[in-house]
Amino acid sequence: MVQTKHYRVLTAKVGLDGHDRGVKVVSRALRDAGVEVIYAGLRQTPEMVVEAGIQEDVDAIGVSLHSGAHMTLIPRILELLKERNASDIVVFGGGIIPKDDADELKKMGVVEIFGPGTSLQTIIDFVNSGFKAR
Amino acid sequence: MAVRRKTAYEEWATRYRAGKRAPKESATTISGVPIEPLYTPEDLADWNYNEKLGFPGEFPYTRGVYPSMYRGQLWTIRQFAGYGTAAETNRRYKFLLSQGQAGLSVAFDMPTLMGYDSDDALSQGEVGHCGVAIDSLEDMETLFDGIRLDEITTSMTINSPAAILYAMYIAVGEKEGLSASQLGGTLQNDILKEYIAQKEYIFPPEPSMRLVVDTIVFAARNMPRWNAVSISGYHIREAGSTAIQELAFTLADGMAYVEASIKAGLKVDEFAPRLSFFFDSHIDFFEEIAKFRAARRLWARLMREKYGAKDPKSWMLRFHTQTAGVSLTRQQVENNISRTAYEAMAAVLGGTNSLHTNSMDEVLALPTERAAQIALRTQQVLAHETGVANTIDPLAGSYFIERLTDEMERGAQQYFDQIDEQGGVLRCIENGFFQREIADAAFEFERKLEANERIIVGVNAYQEGEGAPVPTLRIGPETEAAQVSRVKALKARRDNTSVHNRLDELKTVARGTDNLMPPLLNCVRAYVTEGEIMAALKEVFGVYREPILF
Repeated sequence: MVQTKHYRVLTAKVGLDGHDRGVKVVSRALRDAGVEVIYAGLRQTPEMVVEAGIQEDVDAIGVSLHSGAHMTLIPRILELLKERNASDIVVFGGGIIPKDDADELKKMGVVEIFGPGTSLQTIIDFVNSGFKAR
Repeated sequence: MAVRRKTAYEEWATRYRAGKRAPKESATTISGVPIEPLYTPEDLADWNYNEKLGFPGEFPYTRGVYPSMYRGQLWTIRQFAGYGTAAETNRRYKFLLSQGQAGLSVAFDMPTLMGYDSDDALSQGEVGHCGVAIDSLEDMETLFDGIRLDEITTSMTINSPAAILYAMYIAVGEKEGLSASQLGGTLQNDILKEYIAQKEYIFPPEPSMRLVVDTIVFAARNMPRWNAVSISGYHIREAGSTAIQELAFTLADGMAYVEASIKAGLKVDEFAPRLSFFFDSHIDFFEEIAKFRAARRLWARLMREKYGAKDPKSWMLRFHTQTAGVSLTRQQVENNISRTAYEAMAAVLGGTNSLHTNSMDEVLALPTERAAQIALRTQQVLAHETGVANTIDPLAGSYFIERLTDEMERGAQQYFDQIDEQGGVLRCIENGFFQREIADAAFEFERKLEANERIIVGVNAYQEGEGAPVPTLRIGPETEAAQVSRVKALKARRDNTSVHNRLDELKTVARGTDNLMPPLLNCVRAYVTEGEIMAALKEVFGVYREPILF
């Protein structure tokens, strides 16, 4: 299969925790796989993430949380994208997110949640396939 | 020409290679240190017992800091805990104390760690989630309600706002009628590793270092049972570093605190005996044991030779260990119990002074009471059933362990030289040296995993057999709502003129060079909240932004 599209992805740590090993490893793996990655850094609010995503014209926003605030902050990102008529931007995530919460987030419109132990290839394939949920 | 006789080692090596089962080409530790299939006396050819090891409780303390080690007293079982409100965590503490735990270890929630009150907009969704929410002295009083602070020791894992929580703890002691000198415990307060790894920095490095030094000076003068800093490798390792990087960067941070404290006018022996350390115990069993032993030996030499410390207590590296959170897997969660048990055993064979064992479900959420109890019991089985505590430093003299201990030491020394060449720890933070080294190591580890060069059971091998989902602890939204109304009520109820005056006094001292502990104590006694104090200090010190690297 010839890959024609180069996707642009914004990655960010949302919330107050500073656990950035995962998001950095994923960002680097995606970049090495030909994805254009913009890593926004730590302590991004939903407003900052949505604003940056729209400004940078990304295809997707990948957020990482380890603080337990995912059920407040990720729905807020979805809501803001909707308000800005930018719901075409795909939202996916990772971090310490229990399965029940991940299921609920997916119902709300998050395309995929990748927990600890997800292989990098799985995430690369997910992006390069045009963000198709597993 | 004389025919050289084959050594016994060479004869064995020939048989080894010719054997029916072709040996694996190479093996390394989890950190990439090459490992030979066999070690012999040749590996320790110039090795001298007295120089390298000495006796337990004697320089260079390779075999442990106390003469009797676990024969005299077992390591302190110290489980890190905290969630929800202060009242909920108080109940968990009383439970843990009733189960035989000897000391408390407070986990704070993210807003507390980052210096925001629970009613701050940035705290939304975070209150009480990964630790207990503490906004003011009122919450701290609830947290330790019914617990005599002179009968336990308390470790508080907090960094940027550490001095404030320290002041609150002293103020709770005052309410119990205790003087500061009667309190024993540890403040993590290691800001350098925040810039390097955990990223919970707030102020720029220089004023942050001043806050740390002020607490070191205050403790040195007033609190003989208090460890003002716990110099931490744990977070460096969890961020993806190798064992050698963890060892080297942690001790380099330690040296930076020593130098800053001496610069502030203290004599090395006035504070060095109360410096403590905190390491990770990862899954690579022997490498971890070697790391702990090398840490003690390196620190003893640095303190005696580089800093001229005369008090043997200044030479001793005492440390807490936590098993590796990053080694836990979401897949087949119960396997985490055995990972944690091996890691705990490595810590004990490495001579740890206290230990936290992770609960199997911490990869999913905060631990349930059941999972926390299994983690505690894992240490008790280790302590009372396996016999590992009967002999001091039982692996000493092993060709392999001693060689690996030397390797750890050598690797750390190379990093010390690199850090010095770049102008020291603060410069290496600013130029991103540490962050880049760690990011590279983390990426290399994932690459090996992807390539199946490293196996993690249940993740890239033996994937079948996922057990039933384990229950996880849920923190409901009612916790946040309750805490927000509690802090709002406090702000309305207290004497706000006094609050205002004490914050002004704090800012005045912050602009000068006097010790910040006295004005901080005055603030917390008047129920000024943590968020208010941090906001005042931000006005004076500013905030830090890191260079973005990945």
